[in-house]
Amino acid sequence: MPIVTGKSQHWRIWAAHAGLCILIAITLFPLLAVISISFRPGNFSTGSLIPTEISLEHWKLALGIGITLPDGTRMEPPFPVLLWLWNSIKIAGISAMLIVAISTTAAYAFARLQFAHKNSILNSMLLLQMFPVAVALVAIYAIFDSVGNVVPWLGIETHAGLIVAYMGGVAIHIWTIKAYFETIPVEIEENAKVDGASHWQTFRFVLLPMAVPILMVVFVLAFIGTIIEYPVASILLREEPNLTLAVGSKFYLYEQKYLWGDFAAAAVLSGLPITLVFLAAQRWIVSGLTSGGVKG
Amino acid sequence: MMTFKRVCPPWQLWLNRLIALGVGILLMWLVIGLYSEGRAAWAVAILALGSLSIYIYSSAKTLAWRYLFPGVAGMIVFVAFPLLYTVQIGFTNYSASNLLSEERARAYLLDQSTVDENSAYFFTLHREKTTLRILLTPPTDSHETTRFISSAIKLDRDHASDAPIEMQTLTTTINSLGAPMSLREVLVYRDVLMAVRLKLPDNRTLQYVGVREFGSIVPSWNATADGALVQQSTGEIYVPNAVTGFFETAQGARMQPGFKVGIGFANYTRMMFDADIRGPFLSIFVWTIVFAGLTVLFSTILGMSLAMVLNWEALRYRTVYRTLLFLPYAVPGFISILIFKGLFNQNFGEINAILNALFGIRPAWFADPLLAKTMLLIVNTWLGYPYIMVLCTGLIKSIPADLYEASAIAGAKPLTNAVRITIPLLIKPLTPLLIAAFAFNFNNFVLISLLTDGRPDYLNTKLPAGTTDILVSYTYRIAFTDAGTNFGLAAAISTLIFFMVALLSLANLKLARVNEKKG
Repeated sequence: MPIVTGKSQHWRIWAAHAGLCILIAITLFPLLAVISISFRPGNFSTGSLIPTEISLEHWKLALGIGITLPDGTRMEPPFPVLLWLWNSIKIAGISAMLIVAISTTAAYAFARLQFAHKNSILNSMLLLQMFPVAVALVAIYAIFDSVGNVVPWLGIETHAGLIVAYMGGVAIHIWTIKAYFETIPVEIEENAKVDGASHWQTFRFVLLPMAVPILMVVFVLAFIGTIIEYPVASILLREEPNLTLAVGSKFYLYEQKYLWGDFAAAAVLSGLPITLVFLAAQRWIVSGLTSGGVKG
Repeated sequence: MMTFKRVCPPWQLWLNRLIALGVGILLMWLVIGLYSEGRAAWAVAILALGSLSIYIYSSAKTLAWRYLFPGVAGMIVFVAFPLLYTVQIGFTNYSASNLLSEERARAYLLDQSTVDENSAYFFTLHREKTTLRILLTPPTDSHETTRFISSAIKLDRDHASDAPIEMQTLTTTINSLGAPMSLREVLVYRDVLMAVRLKLPDNRTLQYVGVREFGSIVPSWNATADGALVQQSTGEIYVPNAVTGFFETAQGARMQPGFKVGIGFANYTRMMFDADIRGPFLSIFVWTIVFAGLTVLFSTILGMSLAMVLNWEALRYRTVYRTLLFLPYAVPGFISILIFKGLFNQNFGEINAILNALFGIRPAWFADPLLAKTMLLIVNTWLGYPYIMVLCTGLIKSIPADLYEASAIAGAKPLTNAVRITIPLLIKPLTPLLIAAFAFNFNNFVLISLLTDGRPDYLNTKLPAGTTDILVSYTYRIAFTDAGTNFGLAAAISTLIFFMVALLSLANLKLARVNEKKG
């Protein structure tokens, strides 16, 4: 860019670097601190931020291994972190698969098929999605309470119930997949139809193989969205072995039982994989966020 | 080249029919189950949804809906229906004390039974080799004199689930019986005795009521034809009151549990006119708006400035900076919020350790309302600025470069560029997204719930309310955490939130449309 640079340019660049470094230091402080704390012995010590001695006790407890303290007392893991992580992965994995399945078919209908009130249905779905689930918790609780009286494996305190509850959040994903389908030339499918393929066959054998990248993206988005979901999980799951990570983690930091070091290890252990997946999917997440608004 | 067969093979046709039949049977089983549970409304809803799905997947005319149905049904059942249901609950007294429907509350009361103390018998156990006999003796002050004896039984756990133990009238001699067992020996059998029922020849059923006594069980309530209940012990009549949702006497004494009834706008008038609720409600409402507004403001200032600085081509390492600054957004919210909760802890937290070392202060982040609010804003700005930064980075790229060339020719400084060119051009496309961010933070339940849980609480309020509660976390507390589990009131407040969200969404929609037309 042909911008005339003044004498102050050099000085300004240094100021910008300094400012950014300070800001990054502040931003990363909590994340680095928690890693350091996870290696610091004890749950209460307010010692230096850079641990003087490395202790693996919190990591052992987080990984479900009991430890023996120097004074001979036996410490068992306070919470089943790995079980919670498994619950989270299981619920998020199954939910994400189902979400991908039902949003893909719906997106196909919106992108390719003709039916009455197409635009108004799509718009109302996107509008509905703006209402946060946290506001309707009372109703969701009441619904699953009643369902559980008839179908016990789908009620409160069941993972199946939680997975089913997540099937409401598909509008954004339908929108994303629909936009992708629309970039694929419709002629390819028309050729398949000329060759005698049914709707289902064109969808299954022609369109879907071309849409695999976007399906992966939506899977990752849905997976992250459900694995970090807290409100619905917190009302549907209450018993310790049933919890997901998002619901269980807070129990480390109760005033009466403050397990700061143990929490730090559990947080790093469970947060790191999710963060890495998120960073890998960053590009699509951001574009999904910006295009998520309602468009007519 | 792939070839397609249009005609279905016959086995597939039969398979489809079989699946439809299976789904139909499953549906009927569910509907009948619901109906027999006394949930007619649920049965109708499931029947409608089920029949609709069978119709859609078996009719030839509903091609598009075969693809649409799962997604649309999911949204209707788990998003639209809960919203409407919440509105409906807002007009009822649904709460911990009024949880059941009237029929179920009545059934519950009719199921209650009490032990008739007047008809109690003393019991003794008599050992007979490996078996036992139970002997029932009427109390000495009773007018009854008949004693009853059981057959020789093995008093073990099997009796708990068995039919009642038959008792016979004891004829004069009891010589064959050994001496009664001591209390200590009897106590060994306590668990089994508590579970067994004794049946007298006149069909009275007795139950264990104390270490020495068996008594007869009588139902506590009797139903009358007009739906009222008569309490057997007092003879008082409790009439169901459709306004309060309780079985009540003429004097107004209430019997728990109550039942769910519609109470019109009572929850709303309570919010507006009950001083105990109105006070905290209004403060929470104001704080919700302040919280969401300031969060968006701070995140926007920080995020936008960073985007502008990082767009400066003379600056090196911009990609590294951008990635590091994006990190707060990549860490799962529930983890970073809890990390802050620990770091801000007054006594053990690292932030206070640093503040103490530098300035000798230990602020009470969680006990002081103003500090708690400050902390929430700090944490939420940390969580929120990367999103705005990424949005602005994208938007800045679409600003035409010749504007900056022109301003450079005019000799403008970078600050002038930012204020006169970049910010005005960013604000317009950013506004709908900022409204969405405002709406999100207006309902940022996860942050409040995990960081402060609404605390510190207001003192002297009937329903617990926190100084850092926002509306949605307040409704959660009313509904799920505190003693007075009041779903009705919580749903009424949620309904108000719906209106706010709907307004924000409409504003968002309108602005997005305006921008699109211009762009």
